[in-house]
Amino acid sequence: MSKPQKQIHLAAHFPGVNNTTVWSDPRAGSHIEFSSFAHFARTAERAKFDFLFLAEGLRLREQGGKIYDLDVVGRPDTFTILAALAAVTERLGLTGTINSTFNEPYEVARQFASLDHLSDGRSAWNVVTSWDAFTGENFRRGGYLPQEERYARAKEFLATTGELFDSWQGDEIVADRSTGTFLQDAKAGAFVHEGRQFDIQGRFNVPRSPQGRPVIFQAGDSDEGREFAASSADAIFSRYAALESGQAFYTDVKSRLAKYGRRADQLLILPAASFVLGDTDAEAAEIAKEVRRSQVSGATALKHLEFVWNRDLSGYDPEGPLPDIDPDLGENHIARGRAQVRMYRDPLATAREWRALAEANNWSIRDLVIETGNRQNFIGSPETVANTINEYVQADAADGFILVPHITPGGLDAFADQVVPLLQEQGVFRTEYEGTTLRDHLGLAHPDETGGTERVAS
Amino acid sequence: MGRRIRTDLQEGTLLSASPSSPLHLAVALDGTGWHPASWREPVARPRELFTAGYWADLVAEAERGLLDFVTIEDGLGPQSSHFLDPDDRTDQVRGRLDAVLVASRVAPLTHHIGLVPTVVATHTEPFHLSKAIATLDYVSTGRAGLRVQVTARPSEAAHFGRRTIPRIEDYHAPATQELVTELFDEAADYVEVVRRLWDSWEDDAEIRDVATGRFVDRDKLHYIDFEGRHFSVKGPSITPRPPQGQPLVTALAHDTVPYRLLARSTDVGYVTPHDTGQARAIIAEVRAEQERAGRAAEPLHLFADLVVFLDDEPAEAAARRDRLDALAGEEYRSDARVFAGSPAQLADLLQDFQASGLTGFRLRPAVAGHDLPAITRGLVPELQRRGAFRRAYEADTLRGLLGLPRPANRYAAV
Repeated sequence: MSKPQKQIHLAAHFPGVNNTTVWSDPRAGSHIEFSSFAHFARTAERAKFDFLFLAEGLRLREQGGKIYDLDVVGRPDTFTILAALAAVTERLGLTGTINSTFNEPYEVARQFASLDHLSDGRSAWNVVTSWDAFTGENFRRGGYLPQEERYARAKEFLATTGELFDSWQGDEIVADRSTGTFLQDAKAGAFVHEGRQFDIQGRFNVPRSPQGRPVIFQAGDSDEGREFAASSADAIFSRYAALESGQAFYTDVKSRLAKYGRRADQLLILPAASFVLGDTDAEAAEIAKEVRRSQVSGATALKHLEFVWNRDLSGYDPEGPLPDIDPDLGENHIARGRAQVRMYRDPLATAREWRALAEANNWSIRDLVIETGNRQNFIGSPETVANTINEYVQADAADGFILVPHITPGGLDAFADQVVPLLQEQGVFRTEYEGTTLRDHLGLAHPDETGGTERVAS
Repeated sequence: MGRRIRTDLQEGTLLSASPSSPLHLAVALDGTGWHPASWREPVARPRELFTAGYWADLVAEAERGLLDFVTIEDGLGPQSSHFLDPDDRTDQVRGRLDAVLVASRVAPLTHHIGLVPTVVATHTEPFHLSKAIATLDYVSTGRAGLRVQVTARPSEAAHFGRRTIPRIEDYHAPATQELVTELFDEAADYVEVVRRLWDSWEDDAEIRDVATGRFVDRDKLHYIDFEGRHFSVKGPSITPRPPQGQPLVTALAHDTVPYRLLARSTDVGYVTPHDTGQARAIIAEVRAEQERAGRAAEPLHLFADLVVFLDDEPAEAAARRDRLDALAGEEYRSDARVFAGSPAQLADLLQDFQASGLTGFRLRPAVAGHDLPAITRGLVPELQRRGAFRRAYEADTLRGLLGLPRPANRYAAV
């Protein structure tokens, strides 16, 4: 104990609607019944995790013009399931991904303030933004938002909800029976917001909640997204769980804080991380290989290749060689409702590189997709995984991790039982919750103590 | 017991019940109660209105009384003593929590009672709301419903800034009727979208076919392709079909245009007759609208709303009402009939109303902390003695408690 060690933050991502989640495993349970969510949340709370995390997508994914049927499909409403989980947990933070494009500030602010009251201060909001007309087809506004305006909208959305949360100070309700005074301020909740995205005014109708405002997460990775996080978020849900890329991201984002008058500890970096445990490192590596094969069936491999080729490859044999035709360089239209399609910025180069890899290693299409796809971030015995996580956090690759199990709902159980006690023994993870709110768990000040999260100019 | 209801269903008529058949009871929860001075009663817990425990206690009490369901009031702006405009009053409860989230928060703590939050159709997204109520149905394993409401308040439109709603100056003016019709037509479209989205997944759409690698059979997922004046919604829902298939849809109505919404869109309508003659007239009007909408064969419960001050001694109830009115500085008025009296008197009144063709009641406790327990511990035993109310929950779902079958999916191939 020569130098003070950072305390690790841990969170649990409910398995999502992508191929990370292995629904074909005999142990896999329901992805929609409440009992699955309750099991998952209780495991996370038993392990003293900081919070549970839910992603969101507002339109079922399609590929080749048809609903994508190879991954888990279907999820609950984020707010509603989190409110129910507040009833079966006592301390666990409840983080929901809510879109700023297909919602309105007044309603989202009501829902988060309500969730914060109903959970005694455990709510958090992962603010995401989308612009696609595809998703817009489910909403009143339709596909109204140009891509370049989505962060402008998100920033103003967040700023506006902040004004709504702050429209109640917290001392308005006196409920004095003798004088008949319920409110000591007739103007409680009054707000006016005149901006480019929103021109609204009136009275917000939810009194100030225990955390003042929900904890704010941001997940975008672009320069704009990082700037948005540095200016306005309490935590980042990042994709860089490896040591070096994590350190680079960590340094980059934390260095952006000063210009907003913020300290490094006011923004937590929490990458999503998958894991596979075994009794030994060798066993874990074997299991991890099997899991990756389950995650990428032949059918899945072809669909993933289509993200790059941008054309129908259903005629190809997934156990055979890569297509010798080149990707369609037109607008990517093959897959809709997914973010990862945009990851391939130069499809021709990717195709050339993959063909070379496949030829050199004698890989089939399926082998290639497995080998080039995401490996699990932490693979090993409980000791190895605990040590690696701790090493990464102490080396400033992260402040902790949002763990993404591949089995619903029991995929977190072994981590809770085997890895968490080791981190606790090392003195880098809590053995009991020290506070009651999510801000307490994350070491974030209450907005009233800091004068509020720095406002974004709108 | 349930058999009479079942018979009515098979006849394909508006549900009705004879005086000897069981009646249905719901309670409308709103803050500390419906009387504006209710928060000043010693039994009230005004400082706990924004805690989960407060709502959990109320719903547990309602479930103790074997009630069919609770409704939870809501709105997209602060409560007001004016119909259309906000007020600056500080002597009444102001502020509330989102009703859907309150319902979901108490769902895992209860086991039988239905949970029916209010939702406002006017400024919100039917896609979001459909999955929210479907999720409430999952969380409660089949006890979810919604009460759909519209808002004509210009001040609430300004909270969204998406459209302006003209201020109603004269209720009988043609422009007013046009606005009201538009708002209720939008609500009917909204319910239509919500219902189609609930059906957009067939019950057996999730197949988990390891051999072909398919999690769902996409032929059993359906686009709803709704196009209306205020919104178009493509679908399918992101949430699978809820346990009840179609959670309960309810609405409160006082006039022809809203009666049309009951007839077109709901499973339970709340109406506000002040006597049995009015009750008969309202039932006839809703029935005619139901035929006009081509839904004559669909089961539709009609419940009367009543505000209740309930005490063992009738004089006590009346005195309590007077005392609260004095605190409020004005006589309490309501769209619904206001009852003050004993459980036996209320049971008589309910049975009289029931004889006119109503199948149930939504009681609005004047003081939640007093009148809700008076309903569950006074009225309910009185009705049970008369053989007019259940002695145990007889079904696992809210539709089941109301004698409503689980509907076939409109998109499923027969």
